[in-house]
This record gives sequence, C-alpha cells and structure tokens, in this order.
Amino acid sequence: MSILHTVNKSPFERDALESCLTFATEGAAVLLFEDGIYAALRGTRVESRVREAMGKVKLHVMGPDLRARGLGEDRLIEGIEVVDYSGFVDLATQHDKVQAWL
Amino acid sequence: MSDTIDVEGKQIPVDEEGYLSNLNDWVPAVAGVMAQQDNLELTDEHWDIINFLREYYEEYQIAPAVRVLTKAVGKKLGKEKGNSKYLYSLFPYGPAKQACRFAGLPKPTGCV
Amino acid sequence: MSDTVKKFLYLNRKAPYGTIYAWEALEVVLIGAAFDQEVSVMFVDDGVYQLTKGQDTKGIGMKNFSPTYRTLGDYEVRHIYVDRASLEARGLSADDLIEVAFEDMETEEEIDNIVEVIDSAQVSELMNASDVIFSF
Repeated sequence: MSILHTVNKSPFERDALESCLTFATEGAAVLLFEDGIYAALRGTRVESRVREAMGKVKLHVMGPDLRARGLGEDRLIEGIEVVDYSGFVDLATQHDKVQAWL
Repeated sequence: MSDTIDVEGKQIPVDEEGYLSNLNDWVPAVAGVMAQQDNLELTDEHWDIINFLREYYEEYQIAPAVRVLTKAVGKKLGKEKGNSKYLYSLFPYGPAKQACRFAGLPKPTGCV
Repeated sequence: MSDTVKKFLYLNRKAPYGTIYAWEALEVVLIGAAFDQEVSVMFVDDGVYQLTKGQDTKGIGMKNFSPTYRTLGDYEVRHIYVDRASLEARGLSADDLIEVAFEDMETEEEIDNIVEVIDSAQVSELMNASDVIFSF
C-alpha cells in the first residue's frame, strides 16, 4: 500500500515535515506545497534531513508555489521533481491514499 | 449589495461605495461616467492624476494614501501640483478616494 | 494624540501566501504610517521569505503583494531590518532580497536601499530600544 504524503507547512515553523519523514515508509511519495516548498531548497537548515529521507521516499514540489515565492527551480535539491496542479492529481491517483500533514 | 454603472451600454459592477468590483473592467469611459455622477467635468489635469494613480497601482499594487499621493505627485508632476490644496481643487471628495475611484482602483489603504 | 514620537517596531515572522499574516502586517504598517511615529519593520524567521525577489503568483491565483514593500519608504518607514541568521538558515542572502528606496521630502535626502541585514544581537537591541512592538 503506497501513500502520498502532503506537507504544506514551513519546516522552520512546524514539525509537520519532520513527522511526515519519520512515518513515511519505503516507496512512499511526499509532495511539498504552499509553505511546505521551503524544505525543497538547497542550503537550508533542513537540507540534510530531506536528503536523508530521499533514500527512502520520492519527493515532489509544487512549481506554482515555488514561483509565487520567488524561488527558482535552480535552488532545488537535485532529485526533487517539480509538478503542477495536474501533476498533484496524477500523484493522488497513482497512490492508494493521501495523508495530509497539516 | 451589488450595483452596476452603465458605461457605453455595458453594465459594470461596483461595490457599495462605488468602486469598481473588478479592476480589469476599467476603461477610460468609466472615469467619465463616475465624474458625471459626481457633477464633475474631467480636464487634462484630472487625467494627469488618474493616469498617475493607475501607473502607481501597476507598479506597487496598492492605491496610495492621500499624503503619499501628494508626495509622489509633487515628485512626478512638479512641486506646484504636489500639495493637497491643488489636489482637492480637482477632486473635492478627496484626491485619493475620489480619484482612485475614477481610476478603477480599490479604496486606498488607510482611508476610512 | 500626544506629540511624543514613539519608536514602533513591526516584527514579521511568517512566510507570505501560506497564511494571511504577512499581508495583514503590511496593511497595518501602511495604515499606521498616518500616525507620524518612527517606524521600523523587521523580518525574522520565516518572515524573511516575504522579501524575496521575483515573486510571481499567477500560478496560485493570489495577489502578488511583494511590489508593495517597495512603497514602504514612501510611507515613511525609515528602517527595514532582516535577521542574518534567519536568512542563512534558509540558504538565502541579501542578494535574494528586494530593495526599498527612501527619500526624505524635506531634506531631500535619498537612500537607494533601506533594507539592512543585521546580526541577532542587533535585533535584540532594536527590540529593547523600541517603545512598541507589533508582532505578526
């Protein structure tokens, strides 16, 4: 049973991402959107935590939320895939369920 | 409450204070219709301020408060126009409030 | 209203768009300009994200209010401070931030950019030195 986990909170403000990465298991997908996208950037305090998790889960980030915040794809940790809203729908349909870390 | 004004045969929605509900509905004729309602005839001097406000909004995404408008007009159109006496003579209901309405902008931030 | 000028400090700690705090804080600063006080705006923690260059919100259907920060100088905000440690923790630097110009209409003193990146000790100092802190 694979799960799509979604995180929409900043990793610097809440522990939603930390909990998500702790409980997500091998083969799960994680989508970072809204204020969750900050975790996808290089050079941050949480970068090593995110890289470590990428050995276990596949990470995605919402492109429109990146652009809204003035952050280019060139700032992303390599290996994180950019999706748009229809990509979000595809991810949701490709997984058995969606777990939202609010 | 939803109201409309008739501009060249088209009904354009405005809010309860007469500001356009949708920024993108603005055409120059909107200012003319609103001015007529206020018993005002628009001159080139009015248009200088209306156009200035539209440019200000385009750049900063807000309608300036009256003192900011005064300052900015002085800088752009000359010191003799950058005072509230001049601006009130053009827009008796308040330069920021009335001129912003004519320009299709929202009510300026900081106005009550 | 009293004639004494007070030091107002607006403290911003939230990222834009995900919540309403950033926009509401900005509106309060713009409205508060009418009170003729000495106003500083400070960005700490996720608040530093409010000032990133190149924001484009077309894709999320929200109003892009980042151009509005550039008017703060017109609204007589004299100082904009950004906490260096907060920037660094997020992989950002001063180059990633917008610039805000200031011009004193009486003295015609012009400053190209009033955005200043400062150390945590200075942040504490400025908090101690202010009369009122508005927190968002």
